[in-house]
Amino acid sequence: MKNKTVKLMQGNEACVEGALAAGMRFYAGYPITPSTEIAEISAAKLPRIGGKFIQMEDEIASMGAVIGASLTGLKSMTATSGPGFSLKQENIGYAAMAEIPCVIADVQRGGPSTGLPTSPAQGDVMQAKWGTHGDHPMIALSPSSVKETYEVTIKAFNLAEKYRTPVIILMDEVIAHMREKIEIPDKDELEIINRTKPENNFENYNPYEVKEGELVPPMASFGEGYKFHITGLVHDKTGFPTNKSDVAEDLINRLVKKVEKNTEDIVEYEEYFLEDADIAILAYGGTARAVKSAIDMAREENMKVGMFRPITIWPSPEEQIRKLAEKVRKIIVIEMNLGQYYLEVDRIANKLTEVHKYGRVNGELITPDEIISYIKEV
Amino acid sequence: MPSQLINNYFRTNSLPHIWCPGCGNGIVTRSIVEAIDNLNLDRDKVCIVSGIGCSSRASGYLDFNTLHTTHGRALTFATGIKMAKPGLEVIVITGDGDCSAIGGNHLIHASRRNINITTIVYNNNIYGMTGGQYSPTTPKGDKGTTAPYGSIDTDFDLCNLTAGAGATYVGRATVFNPKLIVKLIENGIKNKGFSFIEAVTTCPTYYGRKNKKGSAVDMMRYLKDNSINIETAKKLEDNKLKDKIIVGELYKNIRPEYTDEYNKIVDSF
Amino acid sequence: MVQKELRLSGSGGQGLILAGIILAEAALLDEKNVVQSQSYGPEARGGASKAEVIISEKEINYPKVRNCDVLLALTQVACDKYIDSLKEGGSLILDSSVKNKPDRKDIDIYNVPILETAEKKLHKPMVANMIALGSLNGLIRIVSDNSLEKAVLNRVPKGTETINKTALKEGLNLIRKYKGEYYERQYRSNEINATELCQAK
Repeated sequence: MKNKTVKLMQGNEACVEGALAAGMRFYAGYPITPSTEIAEISAAKLPRIGGKFIQMEDEIASMGAVIGASLTGLKSMTATSGPGFSLKQENIGYAAMAEIPCVIADVQRGGPSTGLPTSPAQGDVMQAKWGTHGDHPMIALSPSSVKETYEVTIKAFNLAEKYRTPVIILMDEVIAHMREKIEIPDKDELEIINRTKPENNFENYNPYEVKEGELVPPMASFGEGYKFHITGLVHDKTGFPTNKSDVAEDLINRLVKKVEKNTEDIVEYEEYFLEDADIAILAYGGTARAVKSAIDMAREENMKVGMFRPITIWPSPEEQIRKLAEKVRKIIVIEMNLGQYYLEVDRIANKLTEVHKYGRVNGELITPDEIISYIKEV
Repeated sequence: MPSQLINNYFRTNSLPHIWCPGCGNGIVTRSIVEAIDNLNLDRDKVCIVSGIGCSSRASGYLDFNTLHTTHGRALTFATGIKMAKPGLEVIVITGDGDCSAIGGNHLIHASRRNINITTIVYNNNIYGMTGGQYSPTTPKGDKGTTAPYGSIDTDFDLCNLTAGAGATYVGRATVFNPKLIVKLIENGIKNKGFSFIEAVTTCPTYYGRKNKKGSAVDMMRYLKDNSINIETAKKLEDNKLKDKIIVGELYKNIRPEYTDEYNKIVDSF
Repeated sequence: MVQKELRLSGSGGQGLILAGIILAEAALLDEKNVVQSQSYGPEARGGASKAEVIISEKEINYPKVRNCDVLLALTQVACDKYIDSLKEGGSLILDSSVKNKPDRKDIDIYNVPILETAEKKLHKPMVANMIALGSLNGLIRIVSDNSLEKAVLNRVPKGTETINKTALKEGLNLIRKYKGEYYERQYRSNEINATELCQAK
């Protein structure tokens, strides 16, 4: 047996460790609570391994720098919180349109506006999906422990590289700032995915040419000998802008489809005491910790309650939620907002079962006792 | 017939360009490739980054690694590229609105860092692509569609701004004198640090028409008659310089370059 | 012990979050499950600061303190703010500088001069957190002395190992002395017998 490193680690630190393990070599950011440790730790660690860290002048600039760096072939990330996430949205859309792999950790806090900077919330669920304009693919993952933050961050980089798209890690202050045990796996145990490169066809390279039956084009880097053009305008396979309506339609559909058609590969979730449950609680991130405790308490009172926890928030685990809805009498969506993911669950499940929501926006983690009383209420 | 230079460095299949007859943007764009040609740069290592606006469409016409970004943010993408791969020669093409209004923050910070990027602003004193709104470089009193009674904003001197913010090579030239533009860009690229070249260009369609500046030829003549080289200007009294365009190498300095400074930290481990 | 929930409170700059982290790392060395968290306002210095540590033999789900077993309060503000959350039968370690003692009969109160010892005896106000940690573990014996010392030495800056170890011992002695006096008082008032007194000591 190999010696595993066991450490007490904060969620934000685990995010950086996961990123480094995944191959992150560029970080650009702007300080914002409660995500700042991600920048601080990256600033300390990256230069030691030849990686690049830069603190940009604002949130928008850090997103731009991340995209630029990714185009040179470096795995790149940034971290932020609600207000900064709002500012980054235009360039996140650019990354979706131009298909630039990158990772954005959004440590959610109470909002809107400056809100409650040091307190937890889950108010960016819909912003993650619809924050930028236009139809676009979106992948967002939400970890529920320090260990899972490490794993999810690696997965975020893998998905970004595999599908050439921005990936959001939807964290919350609870997970970001709490410390718990983590076993750092050996490097050779990790699956690391790198973007597919074109096959040295310098003369006839089309940056957005997709092979028959595939949805993701191979990606060259700047400076390798391919002289290509990247734009946020609608473009054809050559990368040059066009106004042709059929090209626009095909492009946007392909972007959306490359995530939609691969939902099975992307979606990850946890089920807890669902086998015999007649009430299912759906929760994610830090809130799921309270729900788990509540379920343990409820089970002691012989209440048949279980939990479904999406780890992949977007694309939503639609098929699993539908199956769950067919099985249980009620679904209760519990989240630190006033019912954002509830809208998605209700859309999927409302014809099949009763869907309820319970949310708080007081800057405090929902307690297991509150959850128990709400279960009893419905 | 396009010249050898155009054939070599332009993506001729992406031409004709979108610019209006009489627009000076083509002159500036040709000057950029002439400077690159004169310096014999390895074009695989040249990366041209632009923002949004008339000028920023230039990146699409040029046969290098080219990146057309979001409005105002060209310098941020460029900073990411330069930081990640300092071996790339990064050139930013931008406009007056793009780099001094929506992207003004990035311009001063790129200057402050003295990162080795050469920025060329096509200054036509107006927002052309959106149809003639006044920009931060529209002279006070001049008109735009959003300044129908004359702009009350004081206009920016972009060269003073970037020199003040820490750029280490700053120059200005007009499209009447492309040779000077070429020289300034060449020197800007050679400068190890942040270089800023203001290319004063003409927009007869919007700025000219709104402000009764006459035809494209009249606007060119205006540039010719009102440009004063910095060396001459130094000898003239202030009242002779009012409303004149001071051209030439305006500011030079030597300061540590940003990616070098970062690499020193990397090398210390 | 199945699960213990502890809250360390005081004002920003007293190093209580670090104390919480060290305690959590000691628990990890003892191969226990642990979750440490904190809440804080915008102030880096002053204000109210709180670190929470939950140590358990089982998996810990809900990461915040619900049934506070032990509360450490170094300031009046912290004591007033968190005293209600201390469970019935819980223990309060209260710095002796806190003037208004809480009016609760259902808890044990240990009044110890943590800040004074740091300042007057060790001449290092910044080691108050280590004294507090010594007292806390002296009272509840939640982690082994070895692990606690190891965890302290892993975290403190080089060159400060000795003073921090001394502070930890001072904390332990404070609580021992207090406990001793406390049980002797109880013995004298016939609340416990001689055997119980020996055991307690």
